[in-house]
Amino acid sequence: MTTTLTTPALVALDATGTDREAVIRQLAGLLAAEGRVTDLDGFVADVLEREAKTATGMPGGIGLPHAKSAHVAVPSLAIGRVPAGVDFGAPDGDATLVFLIAAPAGGDQDHLKILAALARRLVHASFRDAVRTAPDATAVAQIIAEEVVPS
Amino acid sequence: MKFVAVTSCPTGIAHTYMAAEALEQAGKAAGHEVVVETQGAAGSTPIDTAVITAADGVIFAADLEVKDKSRFAGKPTVDVGVKKAVHDAPGVLAQAVAAVEAGPVAVPAAAPAAGAADGPATKVEAGSSTANRIRQWLMTGISYMIPFVAAGGILIALSFMLAQAVWGEDGAVKVTQVDAATLIDQFSVVSGQDWAVLLFLVGGAAFGFLVPVLAGFIAYAIADRPGIVPGFVGGAIAVTVGAGFLGGLAAGFLGGFTALWISRWRVPRGIRGVMPVVVIPLLSTLITGGLMLVVLGKPIAVLMDALSSWLGGLSGESAVLLGVILGAMMGFDLGGPVNKVAYVFATTGLATQGLADDAAQFQIMAAVMAAGMVAPLGMALATVVRKRLFTQAERENGKAAWLLGASFISEGAIPFAALDPWRVLVSSLLGSAVTGGLVMAFSSTLRAPHGGIWVVPLIGNPLGFVAAVAIGAVVCASVVIVLKSLRRVPVEASAQPVATPA
Repeated sequence: MTTTLTTPALVALDATGTDREAVIRQLAGLLAAEGRVTDLDGFVADVLEREAKTATGMPGGIGLPHAKSAHVAVPSLAIGRVPAGVDFGAPDGDATLVFLIAAPAGGDQDHLKILAALARRLVHASFRDAVRTAPDATAVAQIIAEEVVPS
Repeated sequence: MKFVAVTSCPTGIAHTYMAAEALEQAGKAAGHEVVVETQGAAGSTPIDTAVITAADGVIFAADLEVKDKSRFAGKPTVDVGVKKAVHDAPGVLAQAVAAVEAGPVAVPAAAPAAGAADGPATKVEAGSSTANRIRQWLMTGISYMIPFVAAGGILIALSFMLAQAVWGEDGAVKVTQVDAATLIDQFSVVSGQDWAVLLFLVGGAAFGFLVPVLAGFIAYAIADRPGIVPGFVGGAIAVTVGAGFLGGLAAGFLGGFTALWISRWRVPRGIRGVMPVVVIPLLSTLITGGLMLVVLGKPIAVLMDALSSWLGGLSGESAVLLGVILGAMMGFDLGGPVNKVAYVFATTGLATQGLADDAAQFQIMAAVMAAGMVAPLGMALATVVRKRLFTQAERENGKAAWLLGASFISEGAIPFAALDPWRVLVSSLLGSAVTGGLVMAFSSTLRAPHGGIWVVPLIGNPLGFVAAVAIGAVVCASVVIVLKSLRRVPVEASAQPVATPA
């Protein structure tokens, strides 16, 4: 991999969106600003289409919107902490931590393995707590880089 | 306890892996061993067959169809959506523990048969013995073919029944003489005759797929998707050259291994993309179809010619011996070339002008039809008398085989014969030979080329005819039961990879 999955610029410590789409759009905006997503509206549409299939809210206050999309240039992860919480359809309440996964349509195996590793880490409360309590964006990106290692 | 699990989700990048991790963690927490196969976008590594064999239970947390589900057949299984595993993995695990404690699932018949119950088995476990794999390849083809046999055969049987009712005593003959163009032109919803023709034509169309489907899905089981085209086309050519279902078996194996071989070629990256859609289907189909036409077509044509002239020279022999020979030929390959020679021999005789009511030609026709009814009836009888010798799929097919046999649709026995050719064909041959000889001895006659039990009005000495069929069917069933009982590894044991070939 020539680029890392996420960078401090892809972390929103205090996302303010009040609904699912607003949060997704905000995080997707970070990806677009970094050139990782080539078409913001197209990518958001792909993510929302995936959301429409089944909600991506996970236990433990996690929202995990994601899409494989032709508008993604580099496999990327944008992270938003949403102190007010936003509904991602999880049975145990609103998500306060949102991970937006952007995978290129023709993603090769290495990229997909990274994303698989991320999904596995998300199951662990210790990982989620570390992201929640990290002091700044750099620390969040650091945690991802250290913890998410393809098996 | 030990569990194996499969996870999958629509996108294959998030839930698949979260569910896998959640199940593994829940297993760790509860002291169970959980091995997960993630069927996600990053590709999946199949769980080792030995691990599956050792597992107490199976967890499917999958939103997509589980690949190669047959691998897990016969084990206590819980089937939940992927989200359930993500949100409540401990709950899913508890459910699986409960399923294991509830005891083994009822009747874990042969793995392929169990797979057939919820969608036919598609592939074969990597570690199993050669005999077992061949059996599973065959079973895949057969399980896809059985619905065609049942649908086509029952439609044709219904057509004969209806035709007899609305068309007079030779209705079952007349119904076959109307072509599709005529039906389309004249179809009337109030005409029983039209409905009979419609049933016959639709049933015939379904029957036309019988051998191609058998061949196509054997090839599919061997080579996965690349096998489909060469298998189907090879099967269609087996029909064209008159090779019957045995030709279909050959086409299935030939097509499957050709496709498998080509798909393993190491090709430059640029070509790799067009391999599955262009190169593999093109080459494997050309090779399979070409070989079927050239290598198989000619010998079969020669064989049929030789048999025909040999039969023609037998006219001086005793009637009973001729009946035995014709009967044996009918039972030999169930619609294949040998069967066809005997059938054509009989129907050609029917065309002779000015025959007396008890002419030898009519007796020969009776012997041939009676013999052709034996195999399906005998197999149906055997599945009832000795259930455990047959797979679930075979027992299901046995139910339809009663009607197909009674209607002189020998193809009803093909699913049995395709799975276990020599035992079934030997018993079919013996039973049919007995029936053929008996019909001649009883001097039964028949003036229709087909129709089975539904053309009784056209049968002379119908009691003798029915008795001959019944005796032959009992012989066929008895022989197949004895042969299958002598087999060292019973059907049930082949669910596990066996060291001793079946």
